[in-house]
Amino acid sequence: MATLRDIRRRINSVKSTQQITKAMKMVAAAKLRRAQQRIVEARPYALKLREVIASLALRTEPERHPLLARRETGRKGLVVVAADKGLCGAFNANILRKAFDYLRQAGDTEVQIILLVVGRKARDFFRRRQIERQGEWINVFDQLAYTHAAEIGSQLAGAYIGGELDEVDLLYNEFRSAGIQRPVMERLLPIEPLSVESGELEPVEFIFEPSPEVILSELLPRHVEVQVYRALMESAAAEQGARMTAMEAATKNAAEMIERLTLVFNKARQERITKELMDIVGGAEALREAGTA
Amino acid sequence: MARVEGIPKMVTLEVVTPTRMVAREEVEEVVAPGAEGYFGVMGGHLPFMSTLKTGELAYRKNGTWRYLAMSWGYAEVRPETVIILTEAAEKAEEIDAARSQRARDRAFERLARWGDESIDVLRAQTSLARALTRLEVAEKTQ
Repeated sequence: MATLRDIRRRINSVKSTQQITKAMKMVAAAKLRRAQQRIVEARPYALKLREVIASLALRTEPERHPLLARRETGRKGLVVVAADKGLCGAFNANILRKAFDYLRQAGDTEVQIILLVVGRKARDFFRRRQIERQGEWINVFDQLAYTHAAEIGSQLAGAYIGGELDEVDLLYNEFRSAGIQRPVMERLLPIEPLSVESGELEPVEFIFEPSPEVILSELLPRHVEVQVYRALMESAAAEQGARMTAMEAATKNAAEMIERLTLVFNKARQERITKELMDIVGGAEALREAGTA
Repeated sequence: MARVEGIPKMVTLEVVTPTRMVAREEVEEVVAPGAEGYFGVMGGHLPFMSTLKTGELAYRKNGTWRYLAMSWGYAEVRPETVIILTEAAEKAEEIDAARSQRARDRAFERLARWGDESIDVLRAQTSLARALTRLEVAEKTQ
């Protein structure tokens, strides 16, 4: 039987844990708002870029651009995006398990998978399992900026053009709502043909400077960067959502535990008082008996 | 010179980066750093697409010129709109001159070690171009 002091100590410790989880939840909520806002702010650029590339593709021979060219898949790049930090429920575990299963399945086929990881948790996971990584980007989510995506994107595009990778897929957690994240796998390279609804494309004759081909070849790498940026932002928002939910649950569990411990504490206190009373009553009784004797 | 009927006097200028909409304004004239030289746009310009290089983007609104420093980008010009997509753009008043000066000095210092294997000359050159543009643009507001 734990002493009263032990129980009191446990209650205090759970209380301070609860304060931390509560604070983390609030921080995650604020960061989630910021992450969602960032997704919205990035939309006009991505949409416009997409529209322009689609319209340029109609005026040129897009197959001739190396980023659009399809090749037999021999070496396939897989970019796994996880978080830099934990304490966000099954967020990291889900995506990493998916990546791990995928790698194992691919082991039985001819295709060679080149693994690239984003996020400290992803790096640590594969490092522990001694799986080789061709690229690592860590500590990107604390100060997520377009430059991170630009660096990752241009490196991947370079490897694709150089023939080191014949295909590149992105595996990341998609943000559905604050409570729901879903691992998704998306094709990054070669760039899937972009199309706009035919109604949107007006038959205007543009003057191009330099040529449509040159403009297209400058825009395509940017499209890759934007895709990477979007995946990073989605993952960042999903991570904060997962952390918020996890911390919310932790706070609730702590509250339950405090309630239970308080009950145990009160019972123990009651028992002690009863025991003390019995001692006093017993003592008084003994004294009285001694007096009358 | 009398304006021809039907030609719009103003153009809507939109400057968009991956992280934000830097500007969206009705302006009288835009001068942008085209890949093949600066070009000016007024209302009623023919449809025109161009890539842009690091440089100064200027626009005139109510008779006053305003300036933006921008890095690589793309412009789509239509009779009534100019849309500029760029990786980074800053209004003159947003530029951190001290930071740009440091960037410029760093780039100079790296370029001075030309031939050293560890120096990425191309990167140093572009960051120098960016820093110089920023400083030039920042000066124009004073």
